[in-house]
Amino acid sequence: MTLISKVGSFVTGTARMAFLGGNRYYYLWLAVLGLCIVQAGFAFAHQFQYGLISTSMRDSVSWGFYIGNFTFLVGVAAAAVLLVVPAYVYDWKPIKEVALFGELLAVASIVMCLLFVLVDMGRPDRFWHIIPFIGRMNLPSAIMAWDAIVLNIYLGVNLLVASYLVYCGYHGIHYNKKFVWPLVIFSIPMAISIHTVTAFLYNGMASRPYWNSAILAPRFIASAFCSGPALLLILFQILRKVSAFEIKDEAIHKVAELMAYAMGFNLFLFGAEVFKEYYSNTHHLVHYQYLFAGLHGKASPIALYAWMSLAFAVISFFLFLIPRTRRNFVTMNIGCVLIYASVYIEKGIALIIPGFTPDQLGQVYEYVPSATELRVAAGVFGIGFLLFTLMVKVSVSILFERPQAEGQAVHV
Amino acid sequence: MRELPTLPMPAPEPPAEGYTRREALVMGLFALAAAATTSGCAADKLALDDFVAKHFKDLSPAELQERLAQMEKRYSESYGKPVKVSATPAQEGVLFGYALDLSRCIGCRKCVYGCVEENNQSRDPQTHWITVLEMDKEDGVNLQNANAFYDHETVPAPGKFYMPVACQQCENPPCVKVCPVEATWREPDGIVVIDYDWCIGCRNCIAGCPYGARRFNWGTPGIPKDELNPVTEYLGNRPRQRGVVEKCTFCIQRVRQGLYPKCVEVCPVGARKFGNLLDPESEIRYIIENKRVYILKEELNTQPKFFYYYGL
Amino acid sequence: MRMRSLRHLLSGAFAVSLLSTACHPAQDHAPRWGKAAAGVKHAGDTTTARARTPARKAAALFPVAPPPFSDGVFPCSECHGTTDVVNRTPHAVEFHEDIVLRHDEKNRWCLDCHDAQNRDKLHLADGRLVDFTESYRLCGQCHGPTLRNWKAGEHGKRTGSWSGEKQYLLCANCHNPHSPGFKPIKPKPAPVRQEAIK
Repeated sequence: MTLISKVGSFVTGTARMAFLGGNRYYYLWLAVLGLCIVQAGFAFAHQFQYGLISTSMRDSVSWGFYIGNFTFLVGVAAAAVLLVVPAYVYDWKPIKEVALFGELLAVASIVMCLLFVLVDMGRPDRFWHIIPFIGRMNLPSAIMAWDAIVLNIYLGVNLLVASYLVYCGYHGIHYNKKFVWPLVIFSIPMAISIHTVTAFLYNGMASRPYWNSAILAPRFIASAFCSGPALLLILFQILRKVSAFEIKDEAIHKVAELMAYAMGFNLFLFGAEVFKEYYSNTHHLVHYQYLFAGLHGKASPIALYAWMSLAFAVISFFLFLIPRTRRNFVTMNIGCVLIYASVYIEKGIALIIPGFTPDQLGQVYEYVPSATELRVAAGVFGIGFLLFTLMVKVSVSILFERPQAEGQAVHV
Repeated sequence: MRELPTLPMPAPEPPAEGYTRREALVMGLFALAAAATTSGCAADKLALDDFVAKHFKDLSPAELQERLAQMEKRYSESYGKPVKVSATPAQEGVLFGYALDLSRCIGCRKCVYGCVEENNQSRDPQTHWITVLEMDKEDGVNLQNANAFYDHETVPAPGKFYMPVACQQCENPPCVKVCPVEATWREPDGIVVIDYDWCIGCRNCIAGCPYGARRFNWGTPGIPKDELNPVTEYLGNRPRQRGVVEKCTFCIQRVRQGLYPKCVEVCPVGARKFGNLLDPESEIRYIIENKRVYILKEELNTQPKFFYYYGL
Repeated sequence: MRMRSLRHLLSGAFAVSLLSTACHPAQDHAPRWGKAAAGVKHAGDTTTARARTPARKAAALFPVAPPPFSDGVFPCSECHGTTDVVNRTPHAVEFHEDIVLRHDEKNRWCLDCHDAQNRDKLHLADGRLVDFTESYRLCGQCHGPTLRNWKAGEHGKRTGSWSGEKQYLLCANCHNPHSPGFKPIKPKPAPVRQEAIK
């Protein structure tokens, strides 16, 4: 069999696996995601035709929900791969599978990241201006140019490793460790770097004191170490139920324990930031005042979310810290959901909006995302989740649901 | 007015024999995009030309002339009157500086609207390059206590003073640093400009500017035909598109022809001063050397070429 | 660069006690200081002073804007003859009662500045005559630092070219010499709030 026909059969075979042989919940899930995407298509068409005026972003708050989601998802993408480290250190048995699902999540997250950037651009038709050699990248000074580079490399590496592993599984070949492991190892510092570079994007702006803090990047990494594994722990439990995927309880509890440390560190860093702002009480405090209360006697629309995020973080920290609640799957799963929600609010809402409010000249514009923004964002999540679902379905089919020989048989 | 300097007209370049790698790549990309977007209908040459428009600095002199002519034709057609688009280079030995007397400004906003008309800012949705802040004399310059939306019967209001803010034309401009595609840069005469045909609308510069000086075209800019100022500059007041960033350029279309910026000319109390910082005889140098000058957010090391001062 | 070395000399963020300024728009509708009393006939009513002035005085020290005479009031010699007997003691005048002196009025009156014998001119403290187009010399007798700043381009306004020919607005183009404090004016509309931009 030539390489071309092998790849061809891989593509058609995996496509069949992705769409055939699911139960009715699977198809219902696909239909829901499809609906999300279709309605977002209409919302985006409207935005494309009339411009970003159909969002609630304005000159004072010039980034909003899109960029908040982007930032959150960079964290998810980074942390998903970082799970390979404990898997390797503690020698969890299906380490290849743990790494694979982490990488698939990273791929889906980065795709969502790139889509969020694309829908946030005033001129998405000029995306090519930021392509190396074709466009004109402002290197080395623009962090956003670096971000585009590292995100795309990270996407490429993870896509390559994940599809290679699945490809080998499909054809029943043993994967080449010498090819895979250097790339997996390479993707670990890459994971740290994508979230660091994204943090630097904000961190480097002296114009925005709320972001201009040296511990912003460490905070990004710490909170990502909570949200990414939270998603994967839930996924592992689902896979364990519905497929032959096996992961020991100890491994799950170990991840939960690591998450408790990460969350503890995250809370510590946050506390350090809050102390510095409130104790020194400079003009820069206004952004925290807007985050937690409001300005000029008017309640801020994000204060409730900010307190929720903090409460969720503290509760989940204790749920994961106390061995009894950590080992109890009910409380642990509650903790996972709380952590995910906490970090989502922290990155999606509490990072971007207070950074812009009040604006550089002290003016307050109350930003609340418009219907168009919510609809487009739902569609981007729909695409990401759809991609992730299909990739997981294919991987599970290949790795767990059929004997290796069958893979050969299909293509004879 | 003295005679306007004319743009040196380069001899048309002979046709290139081959393409550079970048050009070849770009053309390949465009062929794909063009096939995708215009298949089945007559190719919209204008849209394609816009899509493939090069960065201002990548244009050869001949291409620049062609582009200018193309723009003039398009703007003249859409606004129903002859529109001039120039690309006047910076003069040597000139570094523009601006000074604004905080003790004289009365907050009448004549500069705001003078600027809108001169620089073809969108009327609807409204775009103002100049923000006039009202603050308490007792409180001093405290932006957290500033109000841009004051609405009095008459100004100045008792106990208040006014601080108009527009682009500070920094020597160390954070907006230029953060632009991912080099769509904005600082010219040799100190003016920070934007290539509206290259800007991707990511708004990183708006986030990076400490002065709230940059404006994004959230919707399609709207200017009544009869109100368009037909004397325009490529990197200045030519009509903008939706989805790109714009800002004050010290009236590049005026100052590169030797004129004062519009806001200087419309200020009713003479609070606005402009000149060449490299000319020791200029009024701007007199002010900096003799008056108490205040630099907005000086601690950020942006080194603005816009100086507030107290003339009284 | 020199600018940098200057910067540390520059004061910090202090709001000085700002003068309670008020304003006359200098450009769009030039102020008219002192209307002729109603009913007074002027021989040259059809010709405005504005039209005559530039032609008369081209060789002023600074290229200045035309002095802002009320229509028909200049030349003053149309009414005031050079040989009129003049009462030089400060007293109320019958004509020009629309002029309210709010300019050190306890110590000043008309003929401190306007020349009694040649009404088309002003005079300095030492008796030298100056044209209305050079009135800044008269003003500068008391307001020395302001005149210095005006000459340097700091006080007042200049239009034209930053690098070449400029036109100076005279003191009287902005300040009513009889009542120089600026009056408050109506501001242009506040910007549309961003919440309302749809």
